[in-house]
Amino acid sequence: MSLLEIIDLHKKFGKLHVLKGINMNVEKGEVVVIIGPSGSGKSTLLRCINRLEEPTQGKIILDGIDITDPKININKIRQRIGIVFQQFNLFSHLTALENITLPLRVVKKIPKDEAEKIALKFLRKVGLEDKADHYPHQLSGGQQQRVAIARALAMNPEVMLFDEVTSALDPELVKEVLDVMKQLARDGMTMIVVTHEMGFAREVGDRVIFMDNGKIVEEGTPEEIFTNPKHERTRKFLSMIL
Amino acid sequence: MVGIGQFDIDLFIRILPDLAYGALITLKFTTFSILFGLILGTITGIFRIVRNPILNAFSTAYVEFIRGTPLLVQIMIVYYGLPEAGIRLPPELAGILALSINSGAYIAEIIRAGIQSVPKGQMEAARSLGMTYVQAMRYVVLPQAFRNILPALGNEFIALLKDSSLLSVIAIAELTRMGMQIYAVTFNAWTPLLGVALFYLMMTLPLSRLVDYAQRRIGGHESA
Repeated sequence: MSLLEIIDLHKKFGKLHVLKGINMNVEKGEVVVIIGPSGSGKSTLLRCINRLEEPTQGKIILDGIDITDPKININKIRQRIGIVFQQFNLFSHLTALENITLPLRVVKKIPKDEAEKIALKFLRKVGLEDKADHYPHQLSGGQQQRVAIARALAMNPEVMLFDEVTSALDPELVKEVLDVMKQLARDGMTMIVVTHEMGFAREVGDRVIFMDNGKIVEEGTPEEIFTNPKHERTRKFLSMIL
Repeated sequence: MVGIGQFDIDLFIRILPDLAYGALITLKFTTFSILFGLILGTITGIFRIVRNPILNAFSTAYVEFIRGTPLLVQIMIVYYGLPEAGIRLPPELAGILALSINSGAYIAEIIRAGIQSVPKGQMEAARSLGMTYVQAMRYVVLPQAFRNILPALGNEFIALLKDSSLLSVIAIAELTRMGMQIYAVTFNAWTPLLGVALFYLMMTLPLSRLVDYAQRRIGGHESA
């Protein structure tokens, strides 16, 4: 059984039909990279997976549980699905350390000193242990994004979602964030990554999905997609960005 | 002698303790009212933005009613009106109640703007980590909202402190009423009333300085 299974997922914003029947599976430990032109529904798909957007139709099964079931406790489910955003969204009134300890204490009811130990462990993992006392505005974009990754990881999720996490960064800061994600992939984390970083997709992705106009057009290994795309639209997209 | 010539410096010195006491009462009523107003305003401010038509309608009606009617009328409704409905309150309680209800409406608008000033991504990030809506509000959105609206709250406190002079009509011995009572006894208006104005200034000037300071500090922080 797949860790994550998406069945005929639709999302409409009023009259706008953004997702038109997405079917995909993600295996445990797999790194799935989603590429496609802007407006193709990549981010919406990602945001549906932890129900930041409510799907209009379809099922999302995480480890055998249908998380689109209205009776489900979505707060419990979200602890199992980490997400990192394009705009970092660190809590601006809290230090790097407190950004990580707050959800541990509030959601998981972990005592303060233990939460701090966990937070430091994950800050070390992203190479920012020495910035624990810094506020977000005292950190560079790349550092903020690494703290955001540490914050999501500290909740011990089974899947990590990355929503164009390097798009808002200055070019010289992209690498430090991608390096953290590569390490995470090597550690065996299940990841779904929406990105425009084709180098990353090629190097780290187990599978690449090309989306356009609310549908999955084509999927395959990075090798298949990048060197031998089957569909005209995939070819066109890749020729424009590579 | 004409005009300010009526100012009696000996009388002024003699009434200083009374005026100071009145100022203390004014400060007390304003502080209590702003605290209750803050609670009322926070709840109402949240009610104005949640997706619930009943709470929206209720809070909008409250805010519009209070902001569209004079405080003096509101005070008289609470003090003279409520007893006819069987609710008899001592003047102090009626005064604090009226001021709290009044400031609650203005604070609700400040809180609403404050919450809306916090980027949506903050609520989203909090929810994505498994926090409930209430937890996300309590630990993430409201602390940032309060930081942003501190100057506006300070201004509301200053406005309320001045408006509390209207409590003099229901026989509360606050600063303005003290001045009126001294006038009634001495038949000298200039001395007590200028004294009253002076005491208001001594309270509002430092407060507005504090607000300016807070505003500048937050302005420097906004780059986050």
